[in-house]
Order: sequence, then structure tokens, then C-alpha cells
Amino acid sequence: MGWMAWTLPTALFFAAIGLALVTLTVLELVWPTAARRGLLPLSTTRGDRFFISLLAAAFVHVGFLGFSDGPVWIASIISCLLAISLMRWG
Amino acid sequence: MRDNRAWLGVLPVLLIVAFSAVIPLMTVVNYSVQDIFDANTRIFVGLDWYRETLRDPRLQSALLRQILFSSLILALEIPLGILVAKSLPRAGRSVGLWLVLLAIPLLIPWNVVGTIWQLFARPDIGLLGATLQNLGFDYNYTAGTLDAWLTLLAMDVWHWTSLVALLAFAGLTAIPDAYYQAARLDGASRWQIFRHVELPRLTSVLTIAVLLRLMDSFMIYTEPFVLTGGGPGNSTTFLSQYLTSMAVGQFDLGPAAAFSVLYFLVVLLLCWLFYTSVMRNRDAH
Repeated sequence: MGWMAWTLPTALFFAAIGLALVTLTVLELVWPTAARRGLLPLSTTRGDRFFISLLAAAFVHVGFLGFSDGPVWIASIISCLLAISLMRWG
Repeated sequence: MRDNRAWLGVLPVLLIVAFSAVIPLMTVVNYSVQDIFDANTRIFVGLDWYRETLRDPRLQSALLRQILFSSLILALEIPLGILVAKSLPRAGRSVGLWLVLLAIPLLIPWNVVGTIWQLFARPDIGLLGATLQNLGFDYNYTAGTLDAWLTLLAMDVWHWTSLVALLAFAGLTAIPDAYYQAARLDGASRWQIFRHVELPRLTSVLTIAVLLRLMDSFMIYTEPFVLTGGGPGNSTTFLSQYLTSMAVGQFDLGPAAAFSVLYFLVVLLLCWLFYTSVMRNRDAH
């Protein structure tokens, strides 16, 4: 695996995404999702909202890195809050 | 108990996707946070390459060129493709011939298309270039930015309008004749039939056409590389070409990886927007 040039932060990042996907799969088996309409202008399942949250988090970080010199954890906190909101009310 | 054996059928696809997409993507992300000197010498730099890449004026101008190019491609190819599809006969023996003729540009490899147009547009010996020169136009796609852009656009329109036309034709032939009869009984004009009968029925195929052309034009590399080499200057250097020059030309693997991840995010966002749009249209119908 050395050719993949792993670092601890990227390993943790991918592990977190993998864990989230496993959690979603288990949740789906235990508590199947139904498409619903919330704040987003489209009907979404739990998986849709998770995907939108990840995409939104990526673009929040991109925007922050592109326009601000501040610490990145600010973008991470905004992304977490956004993800929670999207998962709960999206 | 549910039979879950069908999941085994998905396993080969999962393995192929893992090896062809997920693992390479993870590697690129790993590279994007490091300064890579060689296989064993790497320094963790965090998100510095992303910050640097996002603020790189050359990348910003390449992105603007890319957006302009893709917008022009869509603005030209979608209406033209519909027009071609509308002009084709819907039935009869000549339909097959027309469809084969339309498909020919799609069968030509991209580098060959670039070479064809490079020769075709040469101002000294090319049929197009020399003709324009003889008509008094100061045309030279290797020296003039506007000429280079017009040649690139013409080449892409020539290469890919057929795809839109074939998709639109498939959509048009799927419209039941009863709709046309009803419209004629109501005294609808040709434009009204197109606007209120055909266009709504073409929405799904046109969305797919827009998605395919947008994605493809957004990732264009070979044709401009062969035709103009990104010039004159950087005037036709698009994102893929800039990325290749970073990764292969300068061997800046860290910044190139960060650039790749950003590029991937943009393409992913566009794909998701269009996929959502297609699904919404399908549900609406």
C-alpha cells in the first residue's frame, strides 16, 4: 500500500467516510428510509441527503480555501452544521 | 427471509469500480496533501496545494476558458442537433443511410479528428484555411486567438452535433402520431407543434444530450492539444491540458493531484445536478 502514499489525516478521512457508509447501510437494514421532501427543493432519501452533505462540505472547504486565509477548522465546523441540518431537515 | 443472493451479482462491478475509480481517487487525494519528491520522499503539506491551486491565476483563466468553451458548445450543438433531427425523414428507406452518415464523425478517434482539422484549417495547404485566405480573410488559427477558437468550435460541432441529432431523432420518433394529429386538428403551426408537442417530449433525451456534451466538453483534451497545442499563447489551454502539463510536464504531483480533486468535484457537482434534473423530469412524466 506504500504506493498509495497514505498519511494519517487522509486515512482518518477515508475511514470516517467508510464508517458513515457502513452506518447508513446498517440503518437502512434496521430502519429503511423513505423519500421525503424537506428544505431541499427535491425529494430525498437518507443516502441522498448524506451525498448532498458531503458535496456541500467539499464546496464549503473549497470556497473557504479559495477566499480566506483563516484556519480550515472553521470551514469544517460550518460543514458539520450544514450536514446536520441537511440530514435532519433537508 | 429475503433472498440476498442478487448482491453477489453486483460484486464484480464493485470490484471493478474499486480498482478503476475508488483506489486511484484515494491515491490522488493522498498525493494532494503532500509534496512528492520521489517514491520515498514525501512531505505532508496539509491543504496548501488546494489553497495555491485555487488562487492560481493560470488555473482561473483556464477554468473561465473551459466554462466559455462548454457554454458555446452547448449553445451551438443542442439547437443544431435538434434542427438536424427535425430535418431527417422519420420513415422510409433513406432513414438508415442518414443515420449511418450522421454517425460517421462519432466513430473517428479524437486524435484523428484533431489531425484532420489541423490539416483542413492550415492557411497554406488546408482546404478551409487556404480558401479563407484566398477569399481575403486574414485567417490563421496558429496565430490568432479568435481564429483558433472558431476552428476549435467548428471542429467540436462537426464531431459531436451528430450525437445530439441522433438522441433527438430517437426522441422524436418515440412521439405517437396521435399527438401530431391532435395538434393539426387544433390548427397548430409548425412552431407551435415543436414548442408544445415535441420539445416537452424531448426533455429527457435533451437532458442526457446536454449532460453528455457538457461533461465531454468540460474534459476536452485531445482535440485542442492536437489542433492548437493550447495556443496561441494559452488562449486554448483548457483545464485538462493545464492539468497534464502540471502532472506530466512539470512533475508537480502534489498540486496536480489537488487540481484533479477540484476538477473532479466540479464534474461531480455538474453530474449530480443533471442526474437530479433527469430524475425530476422522469418523475414529473
